[in-house]
Parts: sequence; C-alpha cells; structure tokens
Amino acid sequence: MNENFIQINGISKHFGNVKAVDDVSFSIKEGEFFSLLGPSGCGKTTLLRLLAGFEYPTNGNLLIDGSDITALPPDKRPTNMVFQNYAIFPHINVEQNIKFGLRKLGLTDDEIKKRVDDVLALVKLEGYEERFSGQLSGGQRQRVALARALVRQPKVLLLDEPLGALDKKLRDEMQLELRTLQKEIGITFVFVTHDQQEAISMSDRVAVMSEGKIQQLSAPNELYKNPENIFVSDFIGETNFLKASTKSKDGEHINVAIEDLGDFKVKNNLNIPENSSDVVCSVRPESMMISRDKSDWDICLEAKINQTSYLGEMTRFYVEVSGINKVITVSSQHFDNQSFENNTCFISISLEDISLLQKK
Amino acid sequence: MNEKNSSLLVYTLIYFGFLYIPVLFLPIFSFNDANYMSFPLAGFTTDHYEEMWSKRNLHKALWASVKVGVVASVVSTAIALLAAKAFVRYKFRGQNVSYGAIMMPFLIPEIILAVSILIIWINLGLPLGLVPVTIGHILFCTPFAMLILIARIEGFDFSLEEASRDLGENAWGTFYRVSLPLYLPGIIAALLLSFIISFDEFILAFFLSGSDATLPMYMWNQMRFVKKLPHVLALGAVIIVFTTFIVLLAFWLRNVGQGKEKQDIAIKL
Repeated sequence: MNENFIQINGISKHFGNVKAVDDVSFSIKEGEFFSLLGPSGCGKTTLLRLLAGFEYPTNGNLLIDGSDITALPPDKRPTNMVFQNYAIFPHINVEQNIKFGLRKLGLTDDEIKKRVDDVLALVKLEGYEERFSGQLSGGQRQRVALARALVRQPKVLLLDEPLGALDKKLRDEMQLELRTLQKEIGITFVFVTHDQQEAISMSDRVAVMSEGKIQQLSAPNELYKNPENIFVSDFIGETNFLKASTKSKDGEHINVAIEDLGDFKVKNNLNIPENSSDVVCSVRPESMMISRDKSDWDICLEAKINQTSYLGEMTRFYVEVSGINKVITVSSQHFDNQSFENNTCFISISLEDISLLQKK
Repeated sequence: MNEKNSSLLVYTLIYFGFLYIPVLFLPIFSFNDANYMSFPLAGFTTDHYEEMWSKRNLHKALWASVKVGVVASVVSTAIALLAAKAFVRYKFRGQNVSYGAIMMPFLIPEIILAVSILIIWINLGLPLGLVPVTIGHILFCTPFAMLILIARIEGFDFSLEEASRDLGENAWGTFYRVSLPLYLPGIIAALLLSFIISFDEFILAFFLSGSDATLPMYMWNQMRFVKKLPHVLALGAVIIVFTTFIVLLAFWLRNVGQGKEKQDIAIKL
C-alpha cells in the first residue's frame, strides 16, 4: 500500500487577496477513505477542485501515484469527481451519461458494455438505463453520478459533499453504502463535507480544515479524543472549555490551575510548556456527571443549577459554581432524569479524558 | 362572467383589433380583382399571386434578401453566442461597457447607423450593394441574438461543463457534446429571429443597397407605380405568413427543454 499515493506539497490557492488554501502539505494513502472536513469557506472544496484540475494552484505541486499532475487539465488526470449537484447531463439518458467518459479510453464495444453493466449493478441502478435525469430521485441521481465516475476506473474518486442534498434517512443509508462500496472496489476516495458526523463515521482519516489550513489530520476517534487545538475540539462534537494555566511538568502530566476550580494534574499530550497562562481544558460531555450526591470522581464541585435544556443525547446546564455562572454540556446518560433546577447538586469531572489545549 | 371581466375582454378585443386589422387588409386586397385598395371589393382573383412568378426583379430581390439574411443571421448568432457565454459565465473588467457597446445598435436610431456606415463606406471608396447591407444587418441583429442566447445560457448549470472535462473531454469535445446540444434551441431561435429581422429590414437597405435591391427595397420601388400595387400586396401577404411562422417557431424552440429542467428543479426541491 502506497503511503504517499496523493502528495500535496506546499499547495496554496489565492483568489485576489483571499488565501482559500494556504500552504498545505500532506499525503493520502492508496485505497484510503479520506475526508476533508471544515466549515464553509475553509478551503476544502477549493482543495478538491485543485485535485480535479478545475483550479490551478498559486504555489506548490500535486502528485498522484508518483506523477506530477499540477499542470494537467481535468481531462488528463487520473481522477473523477462526483459533483455536489451531481451534474447529470440532462439531454442524454442514464446509460449515455455513464458511457460519456468511456469514449476516449479506446475500449471495444464488448468492454464498454461489460463496464456499464458492472457499474450499474454496483450502484444498483439496473433497469434505469433509459431514464433521464428529470425522471430520477435525488438518491438515484447520486448513484448515476457515482457510476459515471467509477466506470472510468479512476485512481482517485473525488466527492464534493455528495450527500448534502439528500434527506437525513437517505443520507445515513448512502453513508453506509458509500463506505461499503469503497471497501469493495478499493479506490482511493477523497470526500469533502462540512458534516462532522459524516466525516467521522465514514473515513479512515480526516483532515480538519479552517481558514485555508489543515488544523488536524488524524483518525476520526483521535479527532474526538485528542484534539490538537481549540478549533478542532470545538468543531468536532460538543465540549466544555475551562480556562486554565500551567504550572510544573510531571513526566507525561502537567499541573494546571483551572480557573475557579483549583489545581489538578492532567495529561500533557501536546507538550504544552510550563507556566503558560493561555491554555484551556476541553472536557467532553461524557467526562462530566451531575448528581445529587457527592461522587468519588477526580473533581467534584457543589453547584446550583439555574436552568436545564435537554438536547437529546446531551443536556445543557446553566449552573452557578462558587457564585460564578457557567454553561456546561453533559451526556444525558450521566444523570437521572429528575429535575435538578434550582437545586444544589454536584458536578463531577473525570480528569482522564481532559484535553489540555493552547490558545493561539 | 362578471362586469370587470367583460370590460377586460372588450379592452383586449380592441387592442388586438388595433394590432391586426390593418395587417389583415393586405391579404384581403391581395385577392381583390382591382388595382386600387378601396371598398367595395371587386371580386376574387389569384392573378396577383400568379403575377409574382413572372417578375424577374422580384426573384432577384428575394434571392438577395435570403443571401443577406443567411449570412447576417449566422454571423450575428456566432458573435452573440460567444458574447453571451462570456457575459453569463465570467466576470471581467469592462463587462458592463462591452455589454452596452454590443447593445448600442439596438438603441440608436437605425437611420443614424445607416448613414454612419454609408459615410464610412463611401469614404473608403467601396461600391454600395449587398456587402454593406449585410454588415449593417450583422450589427443590428447581434443584440437581438445575444438577448435570446443570454436568456438560454443563464439557466445553464456550468458544472455540466466541468463534469464533461472531468470525464475526459477536452474543451472542444465539451462544447460539442454538452454545451452545444443544450444551447441548441436557443441558437436556432437566435438564427431564425436574426434572419427575420434582416429579411424585413428596410432603412439600412435603403441607404446601403445601391442597385442591389432586397425584398423590402423592391416593394418600396414597386409602390410608386399604381399598376404594380396588387402583386406587392400579394407578396406582402406571403411575407406576413412566412414571418409569423418563423417567429412562432423561434419562440417555441426557445422554450424547448426548459420544461424538463423545471421538472428537474421540482424534484430536487
């Protein structure tokens, strides 16, 4: 397996004064399901379009499977794209759409027929050959777009928010299907999305982008458990930020003073220096508990709860700790369902899963 | 039907009467067996139509108009297609200025356009004839063709062109396999309307045609002789029918395929 199947070397793309992609370098492995995740305007789509050849970089170069594609036009690249709006040609039917990209590959009629039949079976669209785009549902169009790209057997499949236009239920189904499909055919997928749940559930690795830069590149569970900066911690899932300052190091741990809560010893994965006042502790909702009785967790604080709002998996509490108002989000399973409002109770925090992060 | 609707109906009838009754006189008198346009009608005849077959100058003028019309419509539609694509697809410096410049012949009085071309042409020492008429018609038809094509291209999803490039077609292949078929109804509509505008055009032809009369010039010349009036009426009637047919065809074509796209959007929503 080629670790550096796609190499993105110092790529920048400027539109006027806007740095859509700002000096980005990383590699994508062969056969990987790789996601570019970030809020709108973070540069993820631009980066995908640079890979497809619809934009050319201001600086840097791109390699796929060892050959430099930086200056190649889209039709000469070993990539194919599934567009956000699918871009099914409206004047030709499904079969002709799928055959569209085969014309220049020099295949015999039999080979073309086999490829079309195979790909139709793959995306479960047998029997839809004669349909036109206007006669298909959103999910079917998505399959046509997928088939049309895959039939060319590209080295890399680029997907630009392909599930964005589908409703929630269909989206969940398609997530699973896409993932299964990718494992089956083994083609490298580069998937762009703003939906963190989508990226996390489907990908082998995720690059979180913001302001044209990669904020963190790692496996999905690492993004959640070990965010490398405040942006990632905030963007992926829910979290509680507690202001803190570091004191002395103690092996892999470091002593911190968490504002209003006191001194504690936490893991220091990011090797944050001693005596830094610009740090925060990120505490995930499942590392917090609210209870009527004192617990034996690492931190247990008496608090008054002013208001609660139930969010499903999570519950948000508006609390008063030592006279200071705070908002905390706690996993709903970590408290019994009786009303805590206007009562005194205990907030417990487990230090094990705290992430210590540095402000920029 | 309530009172409000009936007054609207009366208004509508008056309006259409005002528009079309004068035009209807032409075919009526073209079948009238007399040299004068006056009531009462003198009897039915198709002589005036038969007379058209024998007029060599009429055939020459018709052929001249067709030649001018074909060249003017093809050239102006080609220019308009490139311009329309540029205006819709790209944002560039001087966009509004160049848009205004192309639309200008549409707005300035035709006679000024005609006189300007005449002055330049004579100063260049070139002979009047169908060439300067064609040039004038190209200038005059381009804005019409461009408006039609812009309307067509504005609804076009440009990611279709990107998809084609992505699927291995170069720029020409993409134009031929994706853009052209989708623009085609608009292109044909632009061709037909440009042709009709050129075919019916009088002022530019009057100043620039010299001795090579186009069909409207031929009609103008014949009108001076009372005896020749009836076959001009017959010719006029034929032109009205032909023009109406072409214009209806153009409007129908302009909307072809748009219906399906609307359906597309409905499903997406």
